[in-house]
Amino acid sequence: MNHAAHPSTDLEVNAVEKSFADYRAVDRLSFSVNRGSFFSILGPSGCGKTTLLRMIAGFIQPDGGDIRIGGRSMSGVAPNQRPINMVFQQLALFPMMTVGENVAFGLARRGMGKAERLRKAEAMLERVSLGGSAHKKVDALSGGQRQRVAIARSLVLEPTLLLLDEPLGALDLKLREHMKIELKQLQAAFGTTFVYITHDQSEALVLSDLVGVMNKGRFEQLGTPQSLYYDPATPFVAGFVGANNRIAGRVDAMASGLATLTTAEGWTLEARTKGDVTVGQAVLAYVRPEAAVLARDPHQLPGCRRSHSGRVDSVLFDGANSAVLIQESQSKVEFRIALPQTGQFSDLVPGETIHFAFDGERAVCFAAGATA
Amino acid sequence: MTDAGPLWMRRLLLGLLLAPALLWLFLLIVLPHLDLALVSFRERVAPREYVTSLAQYRTFFIEPLYWQIFVRTAILSVIATAVTLVVAFPVAWTIAKIARGRSAALLFMVCLIPFWVSETVRTLGWMILLRESGVMPALLVKLGLVASPPELLYHDATILVGLVYTSLLFMMVPLVSSLESLDNALIEAAYDLGASGFTVLRTIVIPHAAPGITAGCIVVFMLTLGNYLTPNLLGGTSSQWFTEQIYNQFITRFNWEQGAAFGFLLLALSTGMVWLGLKASGQRFADVMQRA
Amino acid sequence: MIPSLPRPVWLRALNTLYIVAFLIFLFLPLLTVAAFAFNDAPYPAPPWHGFTLDWFFGDEASGRIGLFHDSELLDSILTSGLVAAWVTALSVTVGTTNAFLMERARFPGRQALSVLMLVPLVIPGVILGISILAFASRLAEFADSTFGWDVEFLRPGLPLVVVGQFSYIAAIATLTISARLKRFDRTLEEAAFNLGATRVAVLWHITLPYLRPAMIGSAVIAFLMSFENFNTTLMLVGADTPLTILMYGRMREGATPVLNAVSLFLMVASAILALSLMRRSENKVE
Repeated sequence: MNHAAHPSTDLEVNAVEKSFADYRAVDRLSFSVNRGSFFSILGPSGCGKTTLLRMIAGFIQPDGGDIRIGGRSMSGVAPNQRPINMVFQQLALFPMMTVGENVAFGLARRGMGKAERLRKAEAMLERVSLGGSAHKKVDALSGGQRQRVAIARSLVLEPTLLLLDEPLGALDLKLREHMKIELKQLQAAFGTTFVYITHDQSEALVLSDLVGVMNKGRFEQLGTPQSLYYDPATPFVAGFVGANNRIAGRVDAMASGLATLTTAEGWTLEARTKGDVTVGQAVLAYVRPEAAVLARDPHQLPGCRRSHSGRVDSVLFDGANSAVLIQESQSKVEFRIALPQTGQFSDLVPGETIHFAFDGERAVCFAAGATA
Repeated sequence: MTDAGPLWMRRLLLGLLLAPALLWLFLLIVLPHLDLALVSFRERVAPREYVTSLAQYRTFFIEPLYWQIFVRTAILSVIATAVTLVVAFPVAWTIAKIARGRSAALLFMVCLIPFWVSETVRTLGWMILLRESGVMPALLVKLGLVASPPELLYHDATILVGLVYTSLLFMMVPLVSSLESLDNALIEAAYDLGASGFTVLRTIVIPHAAPGITAGCIVVFMLTLGNYLTPNLLGGTSSQWFTEQIYNQFITRFNWEQGAAFGFLLLALSTGMVWLGLKASGQRFADVMQRA
Repeated sequence: MIPSLPRPVWLRALNTLYIVAFLIFLFLPLLTVAAFAFNDAPYPAPPWHGFTLDWFFGDEASGRIGLFHDSELLDSILTSGLVAAWVTALSVTVGTTNAFLMERARFPGRQALSVLMLVPLVIPGVILGISILAFASRLAEFADSTFGWDVEFLRPGLPLVVVGQFSYIAAIATLTISARLKRFDRTLEEAAFNLGATRVAVLWHITLPYLRPAMIGSAVIAFLMSFENFNTTLMLVGADTPLTILMYGRMREGATPVLNAVSLFLMVASAILALSLMRRSENKVE
C-alpha cells in the first residue's frame, strides 16, 4: 500500500502504531483518504479501530508513525487545534445548552460574535432539515434529530475531516436503516471527507467509497465495498464481510486458477484460488449463500456445473433474506443457500432431499492458516 | 482534567487540588484532635506548669458521677436510636413501597419539611407544648384527666421524645433509599413461595435494607450522643448528658485537661459503636457514609 | 405488605392511622411555635388571649418589643447570616476542588484521603468544637510567646465559628459534588475539545455548568446547616452571638413570644429556600 502525498489527500496515516501494556492496538498502519470521499474502517470490537480514530482526533498519542491532516503533520497538535471534528458514539450533545447553542459552541470558541454565530448555526440547522429548532432543549429531540444536531455541530466548523465513531450504534434498527441513507446524502451534499468507524458491515458497505477491514491492529484489506464482497483478500474478510459458507478441504487439482478440493468426508467442490495455493495443500473455501442455485431435480441444474445434493435441515424465512440450511449428503457439512426472491422453493420441508450447484468462479479458497 | 498536558502542569494542578483538601483535613481535623489528645494526657501541677499523666482519665473512673452520666448517655442514645428506627421504618416503608408516584414523593417531602427548621425552633415547640404552663398539661386538665397541670418536661421520656424527633430525618433518608431499591418482585416471589409477612420482612426486606439501616443508626447514634441542645433544654438540670460535662469543664470551669479527656472518651464511645455497628452488619465505612 | 399482595382492611387502616399520627407528631411543635407568635400575652403559653402582631412590630412604646425592633435578635440574625455566607463559600469551593481531586486525579494515598474526608461526619460536633478551640489557642499562645503577636482570630469568635462549622460541612459538600461529578460523561469534555475549546473553556462551559445543580444544592444545605448549627458554635463563640446561641440563652431564661416570631420568620425563610430548590431540581434537565 503505497500512497504518496497527493494534493487531494485529506488524511494520511503513516506507519502509526500504539500499544497498551503488551497489547498491540494499532500495528504500523498506513493508509490515506482522498478529499471528499467517504472512508470506513470496519472491524470487530477490539480490533483497534477506536484507538486509531482517537489517535486521529488527538485524544491518544501514537507510539510511532505520523498522522497528516490536510498535508500538515499532527504530532504535538492538541485535539482542540486540529482541523477535524468528531461525531461521538453517544453523540455527546451538551445537555446544558439548547440545540442552537450546541451548534454555535465551536464558533463561539473561535471568538465569533453572538449574532453571527447564532445566524450561522440556524443556517446549518436548516441544511440538516432542523430549521427553527435552535431554541429547543437537546432532549426534546428524537434520536434521528439528535444525530443530525451532532453532525451539524461539527460541520458548521467546516472541518477538513469529519470523524464518526459508530454514531448509529445507539439507534434502533429501523432508524438506523433510515439514518444510513441520510448520512450518505449529507456527505454528498457537504462534500466533506468522512472517516467512519463501525463494526456493522452493512453500514460500511452501503455508505463508503472505500473500506478498510481492520483486524488485530492491521488492515486485512482496503478496497471498495464491491471488491471486499466479491473479491475478499483474506479468509478474515471473507468471513467478516457478508454471510459465507466455510468449507475446509484439501486441493486435488488446479486448472487456470480454479482448484478442485475434497473435504475429509469426501465431498468434492470447486473454488477460485486466492494467494499461493498448491495441489495437496489444506485450504478453506468460502461460498456465498446467493451463489448457489437450488433444484429438486438434478437435471434442472445448469449442466456446466458440478452438482451437489443435501437434506433440508431447516427453512429460515426472513422475507427477502430467506434461506435454507442444508446438510450436504456426503460430508454432513451445514450449507446455507439463499432462497430465490420469486418465492420458488418456499414450500421446502425439513428432511427433503434437494440438489444444488454453484459456479466455482464465485467461490474462493485460501491456503489454510493464511490469516494475514 | 489532570490526565493530559505536560508533566509540570499536571503536577501543579494536582498540587492546587490537594492543597485545600490537606489544609482542611490536617489543620482542622487531624492536628486539633492530636492536640486534644496531648491536652487530655497532662496535669496541671502549678500555674502554667504541666506534667504528662493519666490523672484526667483516673478522675473519670474514680468519680462515680462522671462515669454514671457517661453510661447513662450511652444507654439513652442506644434507646433513642432503636426507637427512631422503629418509628421511622413503617413510614419509610409506606413511602418506598405502598404510596405511588407523586403521592409517595409528596409524603416524603412533607416528612422532610420540619428538618429545614433549626433544632432550636423545634425544641422551643416542645417546650411550649410540654412545660407545666404549656399546651399539653392545660389540655389534660381541660379533659378532666388530671386535677392540676403536670410538669411534662425534665423527664427522661421527654428527652427521648426530643431526641427521636430530631433524629427522624437522618433515619428516614437512608431507609427510604434502601427500601426503594428493593425489587417488589422479590417480595412477590417470597409470598408466592409461601412465606408469611413476617418471614418476608426477616429474610428479604431487612437483609436488603441492612446498609440503609446501618447508615441511619450510625448517624442517629452519633448525633444523639453528641447532642447538647435537646437534652439540656428538655431535661433541664436533671438531663445529665455527657456533652454538658464537656461544656462545663471546658467553658465554665476552664479545666481544659479534664474536658479534653471527656471529649476523647465520648469520641471513643462514638467510634466504638460505629465500628460495632459496621462489624455487626458487615458493612464498610465509606459505603455506609455515602448512603447517609 | 405491598399493594400487589392482599392486605387486610385492618392493616391498611392501621397504616393510614399511623401515618396521620406521625405527621401530627412531626408538625405539632412547629404549628405550636407559629400559633403562639400571635398570642396576645406576654408568655408563649395557653390560654389564647386573642390575635396580635405585637411580637413582630411592637416597640418600646407598646411595652412589647417585637422582632423588628429587637436589635439584639436582628444583630444575631445578621451575625448568623454572615457566618453562614462564609461557611457556604468555603465549603462549596473546597467541595468542588475535592470532587475534582477525588474523581479526576490519581495519586498515592488517594484511598486513605477519601476515607479521611468522611471522618468529620462521625465526630460529634461538640468535640470538633473543643479540638479546634484548644488547637487555635495553642497556636495563639505560640504566636504570642515566640513573636509577641496577638492573633485575634485565633481567640473564640466568629472566625473560629466559621472554621469549626466549615470543618464538617465541607465533607457534606464534597460528598454531594463528587457524586455528581462521578456521573459526568467525560465524552462531553472530549466533544468540547474536539470543537476547538481550550481547557479553561471546557471547564467553564461544560463541566462547571453540569456541576451547577450540585453546587447550588450543597450551597443551600451548607447555608442552612451553618445557620442552624449549635453544638460546634457553642464551643467557639465569642462576643458576637449567632441566632441559635442567643435563642438558646433566652429559652433557658423563659422568653416572650418574640422568639416564636423569629422562629416563624425562620420557618418561612427555610420554606421559601426549600421550595425554590425543589422547583429548580424539578425543572432541571439532567
